[in-house]
Amino acid sequence: MSVDTRTVKKVARLARIALSDDDAVRMTGELNTILGFVEQLNEVDVSGVEPMTSVIPMAMKKRHDVVSDGGKAADIVANSPSSEDNFFMVPKVVE
Amino acid sequence: MSELTRLTIAEARDKLAAREFSASDLTGDYLDAIDAANPALNAYITVTHDKAREMAKASDARLAKGSGGALEGIPLGIKDLFATEGVHTQAASHILDRFEPRYESTVTANLWADGAVMLGKLNMDEFAMGSSNETSYYGPVVNPWRAKGSNMDLVPGGSSGGSAAATAAWLCAGATATDTGGSIRQPAAFTGTVGIKPTYGRCSRWGIVAFASSLDQAGPIARDVRDAAILLKSMASSDPKDTTSTELPVPDYEAAIGRSLKGMKIGIPAEYHMDGMPGEIETLWQKGIAWLKDAGAEIVNISLPHTKYALPAYYIVAPAEASSNLARYDGVRYGLRKTGGDITDLYEKTRAAGFGAEVQRRVLIGTYVLSAGYYDAYYLRAQKVRTLIKRDFETVFSDGIDAILTPATPSAAFGVGDQDMAADPVKMYLNDIFTVTVNMAGLPGIAVPAGLDNNGLPLGLQLIGRPFDEETLFAAAHIIEQAAGRLHPVKWW
Repeated sequence: MSVDTRTVKKVARLARIALSDDDAVRMTGELNTILGFVEQLNEVDVSGVEPMTSVIPMAMKKRHDVVSDGGKAADIVANSPSSEDNFFMVPKVVE
Repeated sequence: MSELTRLTIAEARDKLAAREFSASDLTGDYLDAIDAANPALNAYITVTHDKAREMAKASDARLAKGSGGALEGIPLGIKDLFATEGVHTQAASHILDRFEPRYESTVTANLWADGAVMLGKLNMDEFAMGSSNETSYYGPVVNPWRAKGSNMDLVPGGSSGGSAAATAAWLCAGATATDTGGSIRQPAAFTGTVGIKPTYGRCSRWGIVAFASSLDQAGPIARDVRDAAILLKSMASSDPKDTTSTELPVPDYEAAIGRSLKGMKIGIPAEYHMDGMPGEIETLWQKGIAWLKDAGAEIVNISLPHTKYALPAYYIVAPAEASSNLARYDGVRYGLRKTGGDITDLYEKTRAAGFGAEVQRRVLIGTYVLSAGYYDAYYLRAQKVRTLIKRDFETVFSDGIDAILTPATPSAAFGVGDQDMAADPVKMYLNDIFTVTVNMAGLPGIAVPAGLDNNGLPLGLQLIGRPFDEETLFAAAHIIEQAAGRLHPVKWW
């Protein structure tokens, strides 16, 4: 399978990365090189094989459903490029 | 150069305990060495002079009281991927511009609890994506090793290139590193240092910037096998904050050094004889086999039939997980923000400006293989192949193999700005051909220096172990180290 530039632009939109037309052309070539490389997986007979979900057999750890942390609003917004009164500031989303 | 920076961790630990010099002396000498060398090597992104001196002073107070920890006063470098409270943590990416976490990663917290001193944050490939340290926003790291009679700059490998270069160039006593497809073992092999990726789950991933969560593991890079064992013991723990962290107790890895290999079965996988592999690497591998045999191990030829599919499967699984993990860098909660237009413009412009070319490539591949209509063909198939890769290892271990010996890398260190690699991303990916299988199966793997090539550059061998049997790897790697001798670069910087 290979991708065309239109598909690359669509994928970039899904990934929320602005891509110029020139970059999209360059990226199409690079992605096709990688997709060509992974093509060889089609040689492998995977019928009846379970997909891996965990490399080490272990039961999912659970914790008690209690509040164990919190009261750190100032810490949470400390690295924000824009915040006010412990809220993250973003351009208007809802009119 | 100060004699103190030449000491191994084990030597410095004993001399500090005997009060032959102070932790402040040792840290001061390392800081001087970094200040002198970093303009040439670019191994450190940030040097924490004041913090290092304060920590060393506190170590001296504890040593005076006789209450020093296992790493008391030992100066370490920390890969920029680990969250360090109040200190630069950017995964060598522009998108985390000026990010200083308000918390500490579990691995680094363990090291500080044992008395270690932080020298600063080490350069790396951006988000740990790369095999040459050239994808860093902060520029490439230069390998302290040079080919005989050449002054060409070589890469230290990646992604833990800063960790490997700083350790080899005596700019830290040892370093933290991480390994998703070979990022500890390949740079260790390129710099004549020892690097171990422990079993998945042995070190907590909490506070480590995530790349591919089912593959990422932290481990040390050190100047010898004993130092790697000392560091891993402190880094490893059971951590309730990481649901994939193991409950198994941490063994005393150092005690495994010197353990006999008599009766142990070492597997030699046929599939690791790759076409086009330099003859020197084949020769080195044969030497390693002979050394282990002389130490009493039984050498067994084995087969790991799905080896060749590990790298292509990795280049689906790792980008898929990365595309999901890196979705959080949106210009809202931390780091860089590029504005103009609506919220979608903010996301798209921030991510275009903040992620470098390799990261963008992998996020796009990951987004594509997870997108509607392609998930089964790519991601699901890759995860099935991964099951088969793991099964290959399980089969040989259940047949009685204790550890597997392979080359660590398909070549020695290459030049900074290598045109072949720059032109074809897959060429760069092939650096991980011998190491990536280990991540896909969650196993422990150690790279240990085994000799020099014809150009005088270090080459390494890799030992792969059973899950949570790092002790056998330390014991066998020590045999190789004793036979090969320790390798050091000639100082030019």
